Amino acid sequence: MDRWAGSRIVPGVCLRECKPARRRVWRNRRNTTLVLLAVGLTLIPVIMILYQITARGIATMDWEFLTSSMPFSFRREGGGFLNGLVGTAIMVGLASAISIPLGILAAVYIVEYGKRNWLAKLIRFFSDVMAGVPSVFVGLFVYTALVIQFGFGALMGAASLAIIMLPIIVRSTEEMLKLVPHELKDASYALGAAKWQTIMRVILPSAAPGISTGVMLAVGRAAGETAPLILTALGSYQLTAKLWGAPMSSLTLAIFDGARNPFAAGQARAWAGALELLIIVLVFTVVARVVASRSRISR
Amino acid sequence: MSARSWQRKGVGRKADSLFAIMAALSGVLILLVLAYMVISTTATALPVFGSQGISFIAGSEWSPSNGQFGILAFIYGTVVTSVIALVIAVPLSLGVSLFLTEYSPRRLRGIIGYAVDLLAAVPSVIYGLWGVFILLPLFLQPTADFLSDNLGFIPIFKGPASGLSYFGAGVILAIMITPIITSLCREVFDTVPNADRQAAYALGATKWEMIRQAVLPRGRAGVVGATMLGLGRALGETIAVALLIGSSVKVDTSVLSPGYSMAAVIANQFQEATGDHIRALVGIGVVLFGLTIIINMGARALVWRFNRV
Amino acid sequence: MTEKSGRKRLAAFLAVALLLVVVSGIVAAGCGGSDLPSAGGTDTTASTATSTTGVATSTSEATLSANLNGAGATFPEPLYVEWIGEFQIANPDVTINYQGIGSGGGIEQFTKLTVDFGASDAPMKDEEITAAEAAGGAKVLHIPTVFGAVVLAYNLDGIDELKLDPDTLAAIFLGSITRWNDAKIIALNPGVTLPDKSIQVVHRSDSSGTTNIFTGYLTQISTEWANKVGKGKEVQWPVGIGGQGNDGVAAVVQQQAGSIGYVELSYATESGLAMTILKNKAGNFVTPSLESTSAAAVGVTFPDDLRFSVSNSDGAQAYPIVGATWILVFEKMKGAAEVEALKAWLTWSLNGGTAIAQELGYAPLSEELKALTLAKIDSISSF
Repeated sequence: MDRWAGSRIVPGVCLRECKPARRRVWRNRRNTTLVLLAVGLTLIPVIMILYQITARGIATMDWEFLTSSMPFSFRREGGGFLNGLVGTAIMVGLASAISIPLGILAAVYIVEYGKRNWLAKLIRFFSDVMAGVPSVFVGLFVYTALVIQFGFGALMGAASLAIIMLPIIVRSTEEMLKLVPHELKDASYALGAAKWQTIMRVILPSAAPGISTGVMLAVGRAAGETAPLILTALGSYQLTAKLWGAPMSSLTLAIFDGARNPFAAGQARAWAGALELLIIVLVFTVVARVVASRSRISR
Repeated sequence: MSARSWQRKGVGRKADSLFAIMAALSGVLILLVLAYMVISTTATALPVFGSQGISFIAGSEWSPSNGQFGILAFIYGTVVTSVIALVIAVPLSLGVSLFLTEYSPRRLRGIIGYAVDLLAAVPSVIYGLWGVFILLPLFLQPTADFLSDNLGFIPIFKGPASGLSYFGAGVILAIMITPIITSLCREVFDTVPNADRQAAYALGATKWEMIRQAVLPRGRAGVVGATMLGLGRALGETIAVALLIGSSVKVDTSVLSPGYSMAAVIANQFQEATGDHIRALVGIGVVLFGLTIIINMGARALVWRFNRV
Repeated sequence: MTEKSGRKRLAAFLAVALLLVVVSGIVAAGCGGSDLPSAGGTDTTASTATSTTGVATSTSEATLSANLNGAGATFPEPLYVEWIGEFQIANPDVTINYQGIGSGGGIEQFTKLTVDFGASDAPMKDEEITAAEAAGGAKVLHIPTVFGAVVLAYNLDGIDELKLDPDTLAAIFLGSITRWNDAKIIALNPGVTLPDKSIQVVHRSDSSGTTNIFTGYLTQISTEWANKVGKGKEVQWPVGIGGQGNDGVAAVVQQQAGSIGYVELSYATESGLAMTILKNKAGNFVTPSLESTSAAAVGVTFPDDLRFSVSNSDGAQAYPIVGATWILVFEKMKGAAEVEALKAWLTWSLNGGTAIAQELGYAPLSEELKALTLAKIDSISSF
């Protein structure tokens, strides 16, 4: 990489015939080794993380862990992350309810309504910008915009997760809508369907597998977010289903606290919680991939 | 079915424009949220910007109970850890993406591609937990000791060496952004026409010469863009860094000493902060936001330009 | 069809809407938000904790009913959580919330009258008292509750006994001793093979009364420390890794080989960390324990306002880094029921709560100091 050739054109004349062949072969071999080394180095953490989270998590993972909440002190043994699991489910659920329809509609606008429109271009550009906003900043925003007024709670956490999910859904839906063949739309119009009917009955259904892939990736991402929740849901030892007025925990918050405390019982719970979270996130990711590859086959 | 009957009554058109407005409003909402994001946070942080003046970003004196909020040490930490992450992640990502596009047999490609995607899906808090309890004793501390013992004469490797440091945070960041850069580079290299490759081989190129002359030049803009997107992610990464950077407010030239980053200080101190301290943390967020937006826009511009080629 | 112009009109309409909302946003953001909610202002941790250790002997004749809020130091937080839990079992109509937000925050909230009582590991300064008394319209009382030791936990494989003297300790935290096999440390620990490893100093990264106790001690024993760093709830550390809270520091010490950090005694014992044996003022090497913590308070004369220091005590068996922790109340406060409940809780805690305190590694007040303190508690009344 240190000496990338400037031109994009495959050299027609000189392919280093000035250099002895042995050196060229050696260099080729060396770089092949380096490439393989890079692959090896990248795979090591994957294997280590999967193995260690599973091994350490299983040691504490039991029925009690899954069905009870945290004791009020990290020192105490027993209990589990039910408060976190419920919190994650509620907040990610609410965030999905907000961001999925909004995201899909926004993508529909970009692709179907605003093809050469400056507004659509603007929306598209800024949804990209939004995707790059650090999640901790999203948390700060929701803190200043909502928490100052209404206090910490599940709804505020969900708002921050929705903002994180939104651009992911917009972008993936947009990509999928673009792939819907024109013939389909034309056929629908030819049958006398209105534009909204075409979108609802023809375009969205045919893009559905792709869209759901994007949605699931967004859900997986939201379930794994910690930083924005520190600033909006705050975390709690207690199991609660209150949507506002009371701080709420999440799996990620519970793990973060567990990773920062010196007590064996608290750390053990953190590992089990990490296994729980990893399974949830990976299920969403893997299912998303499967759906994506299925739809590719059918296309 | 009923479409035609609705149209006759003029309901269809009304429903149509209603739908259009709803769709447009959803799009506009994104703009609104983003605009309000900037306004709301900046307005909250304004009193602290005002009272601290330029020393907010130029001062490294951070003492909330004395009302001193200089965030230079955090900016420095964010930049240093991100640079370390890139130094490690870019070569790795190039290697992996080249392997996937140029070297790998078909079947292996699927498995390794899958594994890399898996790495991208792991939540940051899990990286943090794993980093602190496994990577720190197993790799970070020994490596830090090794570097300071053998290369300690270079200022950036000066001891005392700590695993919880810019270096430790940089390594965990590298692991986290490698899959991102890899998948983008892979897309870029995939677009290189096979004809180009064949042409290079036909001229007697070795595999590496083919890559150097046919694949890499074509993907340059894309690779730079991917790197910048990885950088954007690294700058804003919070939890794993908060657990591994060592939480020490100072500017240190040695990467083996503990430091602090912008995102990490927000996550760590928010729960105990009150009043101006909170405003200062929001202010850090505003600076961080500005930094990542600049990097990301630059990256998008590069990737876009590439996409249009 | 005028589809195109329609679309343009739509875009224009939306642009206007966008502008309106942005402007109103600026106005709203500009006006609102003078009082920021913080974690300390809400119910984060177990406020209505129930405990498993024993049952509070009912101290109150009549049934108490009140809702009290307190906030402050994290150093005694584990203890206060238990004391509150026990007391609430005996007095089910009393709710006490305690938020461990740090001593600095505790004094701030107390002064702002957002809590009924504050808590701090450092007595309030004169100017802080003046400000609080102006706001509260009554005298500020310092109620000492327990003594706690700040211990130096370390992480060195295979070394369970490590002796340090004040000079060496200060040098380590000043960064002038950087390796474990430094001649000064070896001289203090004959027969111990110290590794050729760098010393990882661990300190608090948040504002903390524990830090105040620890840096107060270093300021007493080292002029270099007093000149370069000084004493405070947060200081500019010359070296070291930061940890959030007592548990954060203990966690870092546990994770990072070759580290040494200061934490409250119970955090070190319960996370199984080794603690250094410190040379005290009398020249004896003392292991941190409940007894050596209590010994620090022997022979100290207590001023009338109960703002005293037990750091670097003269006692022969006294552990040197010991601090008291205080609850801050106004002599006169609103609500007769609240006053009764607060007095009952504090009185019970100092009498019946000592067993829990000892179990958690805090030393109860001596009889002499307890008598003085109970008299203070008794003087609280309602407006």
